[in-house]
Amino acid sequence: MSIDRRNFFKVLGVTGAGLALGKQAQAEPAGEEVTEFKAILYDSTRCVGCQSCEFSCAEVHNLPEPEDFPEVGVLRKTNEKRRTVVNAYDTSKGEVYVKRQCMHCNQPACGAACLTQAMLKTKEGPVIWRENKCMGCRYCMISCPFDVPKFEYNSPNPKITKCNMCFERQQEGQLPACVENCPAEALMFGTRRELIAEARRRIVENPDAYYPHIYGENEAGGTSFLYLSPVPFEEIGFRTNIQNASYPALTKGFLYSVPAVFVLVPSVLLGIHKATKSNLDKNSNHD
Amino acid sequence: MTSSAFPLKKEKKSIGRFLLDELKPRGKWLTPFNIISIPVMLVGAAIIVIRFINGIGAVSNVTQDIPWGVWKGFNVITGVAFAGGAYILTFVVYVLKVDKFHSIVRVTVLNGFLAYVFYAGALVLDLGKPWNIFNPIIGNNFGANSVLFLVAWHFLLYIVAQAIEFSPAVAEWLNARRAHKILSGLTLGAVIFGITLSTLHQSGLGALFLMAKEKIHPLWYSEFIPLLFLMSSVFAGLSMVIFEGSISERVFADQITSENKKQRKDIILILSRICAFSMFVYLFMQILVFAHGHRWAYINTPMGYWFLLEMLGFVVVPMLLFLLSFKRANIRWAKVAAVLTIVGIILNRLNVSIIAFRWDAAVHYVPSWMEIVVAVSIVFVEIWIFRWVINRMPVLRESPSWANNKHA
Repeated sequence: MSIDRRNFFKVLGVTGAGLALGKQAQAEPAGEEVTEFKAILYDSTRCVGCQSCEFSCAEVHNLPEPEDFPEVGVLRKTNEKRRTVVNAYDTSKGEVYVKRQCMHCNQPACGAACLTQAMLKTKEGPVIWRENKCMGCRYCMISCPFDVPKFEYNSPNPKITKCNMCFERQQEGQLPACVENCPAEALMFGTRRELIAEARRRIVENPDAYYPHIYGENEAGGTSFLYLSPVPFEEIGFRTNIQNASYPALTKGFLYSVPAVFVLVPSVLLGIHKATKSNLDKNSNHD
Repeated sequence: MTSSAFPLKKEKKSIGRFLLDELKPRGKWLTPFNIISIPVMLVGAAIIVIRFINGIGAVSNVTQDIPWGVWKGFNVITGVAFAGGAYILTFVVYVLKVDKFHSIVRVTVLNGFLAYVFYAGALVLDLGKPWNIFNPIIGNNFGANSVLFLVAWHFLLYIVAQAIEFSPAVAEWLNARRAHKILSGLTLGAVIFGITLSTLHQSGLGALFLMAKEKIHPLWYSEFIPLLFLMSSVFAGLSMVIFEGSISERVFADQITSENKKQRKDIILILSRICAFSMFVYLFMQILVFAHGHRWAYINTPMGYWFLLEMLGFVVVPMLLFLLSFKRANIRWAKVAAVLTIVGIILNRLNVSIIAFRWDAAVHYVPSWMEIVVAVSIVFVEIWIFRWVINRMPVLRESPSWANNKHA
């Protein structure tokens, strides 16, 4: 396997944004509550393509019920009226179903893009969108490497729509609707750490059934939606050119240069101004 | 307003009447420009009403994959590049103190100021929830790690800086001598602040696309987009100064003194030299990025030809024309080069923000006629205001004698 325990901790440690891991938790001051990112593990070897997740998602979020169904050769996409879709792919190991929705990145590009913090990575793990903060600039859509956020173009008061991992249900102690209603147990909810361990266990115990990679463990700096597949991920429609570093890191250099520019440029300009002034003063009296 | 017992109020009233008089149009009504622009602006206004009633999708072709259309790609991102002339010229005139450019600095600042005001306006049209536009400015909603947050703040502050830079002209128009003195004193501070903000947001507009790493065609994406945007804003802005200057020279010929007219040729020749050199630097940076990114593999594709057209046709050719114009002291070539450069900058900005953005998407974005009408209307409204100001304030013409500044 390409990822060992140490690497796994390193990734979590780098990208965890203040989350404390088991070992580090002992070093935390007593009394401070420790929260780990919640995540969902999706095992496409178990998925039967029944669309229960789609129907329950539509019901919980008051969206229209899906009218089409997974079909090989047809790429169904999420849009402003559906936040999750199941697609069928013809692969080297037969027909495989894949559920798609927001990946809930550990360091989401949409969240770093958002200038009003409307797109927010909660400390519990889900990436949520807050209507009262959003300007509707759609920079989150530009930045998301998975093309997840969708926009209600035909509304005068549009919303950005995407899977929020049923954040409001999680707050009440309930499971995300898709997880709760999956009859095949293809979806599993838990802390991200537990789920990565579980995914590893499945791969190790049944190496013939799985392609040995957990999509989302490192992609885009790690995501809170983790995928297992029987075949390489490009066969089931995943983008494999996603970088392993987090996307917000790409703007870090620029953002770090801003304070430097703010100090240096005015000083240089003022310096030039003074330098040229003393030269000119001698012969500019005629003005 | 009704009572004239207080002298202060009386004075206010006369200012009010003065402003009312100034609001009235001057000169001929049925000029070709008016005949074209008035219907376009009326249709544009109607489309904007539809947009706010039925949503952006009712008038625009933007998709879920390509969420930014011409309003952002052309009006905001391209328009700001053309407004770059203001920070370059204020640097030359107020920091380096090259007196030669005094006669064109005010009109360039006006142009830049209006460009920012109207392109911010275009942004409002494109926002889904424009009533939340003040969220990043006030309240506790600071998305401080967002590039767009910085760009938004820099836009706002730069509009203020440019307003201060231009304010002495307003004071001269209103005959407000004391205000003129105070405002003129603020110019240098505003200029230095403004140049700093400009370097940051010209590059910031490029930095907006840094996170779209796999979504922009590799010939246009690199981690150096911010630097390329900054560098190209130099010759984009100056080409616009040359272009706008050669039109103003004819349209507002009566306002320009004969002395300034003589200077203009000299100014254009120097500007064309700055353009040529900055284009050379830009080209060199592009070549470095090209070689560094091993981009040869992409050249023999349709997107590769499109890239070559942008680089050769609209950077190399105008660069050579600018050099030619300088060598031969012939400003006609500079004007041709300026127009080519402007086309090239439009191409470049639209390539990064729209054409090469999700070039692999199943459905390509082509702007609707309504989007284009609105985009053009915004430019027309800006030109109308520009003309209104030029005809009233001492922008091209000389300042009144009491304002004894060189042209601050």
